Amino acid sequence: MQRHLISAADLTRDDAVLILDTAEEMARVADRPIKKLPTLRGRTIVNLFFEDSTRTRISFEAAEKRLSADVINFSAKGSSVSKGESLKDTAQTLEAMGVDAVVIRHGASGAPYRLANSGWIDAAVVNAGDGTHQHPTQALLDAFTMRRRLIGPDAGIGQDLEGRRITIVGDVLHSRVARSNVDLLHTLGAEVTLVAPPTLVPVGIESWPCEVSYDLDSTLPKSDAVMMLRVQRERMNAAFFPTEREYSRRYGLDGDRMARMPEHAVVMHPGPMVRGMEITAEVADSDRCTVVEQVANGVSIRMAVLYLLLGGNEPAVTQTRTEEK
Amino acid sequence: MSKILIRGAKVLGGEPQDVLIDGGTIAEVGSGLSAEGAEIVEAEGKVLLPGLVDLHTHLREPGREDSETVLTGTRAAASGGYTTVFAMANTFPVADTAGVVEQVWRLGKEHGYCDVQPIGAVTVGLEGRKLAELGAMHESAAGVTVFSDDGKCVHDAVIMRRALEYVKAFGGVVAQHAQEPRLTEGAEMNEGVVSAELGLGGWPAVAEESIIARDVLLADHVGSRVHICHLSTAGSVEIVRWAKSRGIAVTAEVTPHHLLLTDELVRTYNPVFKVNPPLRTERDVMALREALADGTIDIVATDHAPHPHEDKDCEWAAAAMGMVGLETALSVVQETMVDTGLLDWAGVADRMSFKPAQIGQAKGHGRPVSAGEPANLTLVDTAYRGSVDPAGFASRSRNTPYEGRELPGRVTHTWLRGKATLVDGKLT
Repeated sequence: MQRHLISAADLTRDDAVLILDTAEEMARVADRPIKKLPTLRGRTIVNLFFEDSTRTRISFEAAEKRLSADVINFSAKGSSVSKGESLKDTAQTLEAMGVDAVVIRHGASGAPYRLANSGWIDAAVVNAGDGTHQHPTQALLDAFTMRRRLIGPDAGIGQDLEGRRITIVGDVLHSRVARSNVDLLHTLGAEVTLVAPPTLVPVGIESWPCEVSYDLDSTLPKSDAVMMLRVQRERMNAAFFPTEREYSRRYGLDGDRMARMPEHAVVMHPGPMVRGMEITAEVADSDRCTVVEQVANGVSIRMAVLYLLLGGNEPAVTQTRTEEK
Repeated sequence: MSKILIRGAKVLGGEPQDVLIDGGTIAEVGSGLSAEGAEIVEAEGKVLLPGLVDLHTHLREPGREDSETVLTGTRAAASGGYTTVFAMANTFPVADTAGVVEQVWRLGKEHGYCDVQPIGAVTVGLEGRKLAELGAMHESAAGVTVFSDDGKCVHDAVIMRRALEYVKAFGGVVAQHAQEPRLTEGAEMNEGVVSAELGLGGWPAVAEESIIARDVLLADHVGSRVHICHLSTAGSVEIVRWAKSRGIAVTAEVTPHHLLLTDELVRTYNPVFKVNPPLRTERDVMALREALADGTIDIVATDHAPHPHEDKDCEWAAAAMGMVGLETALSVVQETMVDTGLLDWAGVADRMSFKPAQIGQAKGHGRPVSAGEPANLTLVDTAYRGSVDPAGFASRSRNTPYEGRELPGRVTHTWLRGKATLVDGKLT
């Protein structure tokens, strides 16, 4: 493992499988009456959120607390950032308070990379989503969810996603989730197809290790998992598509379309969902939809990542068992 | 002023000759000239060029003296071998009146490192709506002949047409920053493979090319000449080549950085590589070099754009666009054009002195190195190789994309009308 987690593209197959396997161990902790490990006791982690986020920040916070880390939450609104303080000064201020890791969410693509590589701070940097670039822990929790559903929690240990067919549908152009997933799923051996209207596919996509299709219906029968991306209503005003209704008719997932997927195939969504836009309530609430599982798995994945970045080489869970005795 | 004998310099890269400067003019060029009463500069092995002329410099004064002033900018120019710089109009206040252009012109004159020829804004406040008083700027002491809203595109086709027509009355030229504004909303880098991966807003080549295509057609229609700033794409080259083949009066410039660097560098997210127009692809770089060699692109212009450290020591989105270039331009041209065999030193003199002086009508600059001409000269040690150290820059700013990069060539002497502004690489 590297010292930082900036991009899903930085992970090797073995790194990624190690994180998924570690997350599996962490998931078992969640089933215990006391959901806490002492692994990061005495370590301080700051959640540095320059962009609004509820679920990702809470998920990181839950993960940090379950590992017994001291947690500082920093959100840009109402802070000195709104008074013009730079990212560099903010980061250095926090580090001066003795922070071991910075979990950063930023609206600017590359901000976590800059934070990790400019010599501004020494702390480990975890990217919690930067602009339209990357969201590596989201990709990891998605892969974790797929492995559990398509292979099984125990059977999946040590396994990657070789040969699985994953379809990602929606606003690829503005999606850090799509970018991270394409990178990670490719590393794990899966075959990825992106489906979107041509206006929401970036120019230059030909270098990505995936297929691109404009036709959802022909892709669905060949999918083991279908991931729906949120489509912001504002995009309509920028002429990416004519109307919401036309978008959801052509690219939304409803019950009829779900019926064309293979029986074992699952529906995924990184949240927050726009019901009635990219996904109907019928699909969102069905057993095949993993949205709620993804949230639970997010905590396990983030525990695994923080543990592997900060916890050193000692095994996370076995050490706890020793202490419990 | 006394006599100076430059001994054994390869004039424009040719056979070694002696050049005698007397006062402000070149007295004699030949071999074995008498050194009597003259200060001698041994120039064996070095190349002597006419003083370089930069048609595209941002001096930042008035308004952003924290990044550059006329003094520091002209010192940087002298240090890079320049004897004239054209100062862009996007200052605070904007150089859209006779008052502002005269101020900049006077400051250049007072400091004496390099002639400063102000460029006037095409539209009031660079806002693209209303023509600035172009005639008043031309008639001012600054004698403005080049007009540009650089930093912004004169995107309104009617305003552009009127500007092209209007300046014909006094032989002016409009220099267009070709950037279709709607296609570049939120643009942060070249749109292509790298932007798709990095998730940075794309600046498509077509946003430059469509404006150039429109403007050469407009220039043709109204019978004006037009100058295109900082060409950055292979497609732009094709359009300019086509326009020239049709006899349209278009001239074009390329920056040193677009001759050397590509958008692959943006992968570092280091804002020192953030510039407008953005760094393009290898294919574009090669097309630009070829076009500069065959004359499709007329000149090299630096687009020297100083910014304070804090405007680059930040995340990509928050960073300012632009790079300093005056002190590295000739080295980059040697690296990309001379050492590759695309251009000889006479060609460099043409692209960096004769032609830009001609386009901008810089009197007494861009003249042949021969007797009776003003002694605006640059002496280059072309055998030198060294890595770029921004700490040694005369510019107030350090935002160079070449830090630590080894580049060939070094300007050792610059003379402005016979007065040395740079001696042995040190400013006077």
